[in-house]
Amino acid sequence: MLLEKRRDRTAEIPTASMADIAFLLLTFFLVTTSLDMDKGLQLRLPAKGGEKEVNKSLIANLWINAAGRVLLDDEEVEIPMIKDIIKMKLAQRPLLTVSIKTDRNTNYQDFISVLDQVQMAEATRISIAEPE
Amino acid sequence: MPDIVFMLLLFFMVATVFRQYQGLPIELPTAKKIVKLEAKKNVTHIYASAAGEISIDDRIINRNRDIRNIMYKKRVENPRTMVSLKADRGAPMKVITDIQQELREADVLPINYTAKFGD
Repeated sequence: MLLEKRRDRTAEIPTASMADIAFLLLTFFLVTTSLDMDKGLQLRLPAKGGEKEVNKSLIANLWINAAGRVLLDDEEVEIPMIKDIIKMKLAQRPLLTVSIKTDRNTNYQDFISVLDQVQMAEATRISIAEPE
Repeated sequence: MPDIVFMLLLFFMVATVFRQYQGLPIELPTAKKIVKLEAKKNVTHIYASAAGEISIDDRIINRNRDIRNIMYKKRVENPRTMVSLKADRGAPMKVITDIQQELREADVLPINYTAKFGD
């Protein structure tokens, strides 16, 4: 048998699985781009200094104490009720400013729940009260 | 077919921006009216753990006073700086209130309280 030397030994990498690799990488990126969890409650803090004197009747005061109990204009309320009450107050006074005040030991989740309720009531003027 | 896949892949490789920081271990609070952050390039991420540890873009803050200086500098570089506050749901409000006061001093007012969707 004639020994035939191949003139050039071309080493060929089988490219049939390139598409598979591409699919895998694609899936990876598809998954990682959607993992960025950055949603939250939007707010604008009140500017420092030059506190405008707002008419007391145009403010709804929300106080949250350390135990998570809430006072709305000196009346105790349950957190899930806040949305409807604020909605009612807004209907009477569209320019109402809702002011939220917390104790130093109030739970952050309680503050967020209250803020959530106020935002669900579609209040546009929300303020964080000056701490003592 | 693999060409289309490669094109898509290229697009995602370019569009994916990996986060530059790790942040502190946090259990986020839950809320319903959460909105997405706009203009991510203007966002500074502030983390606050339940124990009161605070970090700004992965830089641990030892004195609360530092917050206003750091944020003021950021605001000078970018007037549209806003804050994404990621605090643990069990954190006491004193941690949050102090951060808020520092932000007001630095005149960085837009803030987004990061939360998971839920009740």
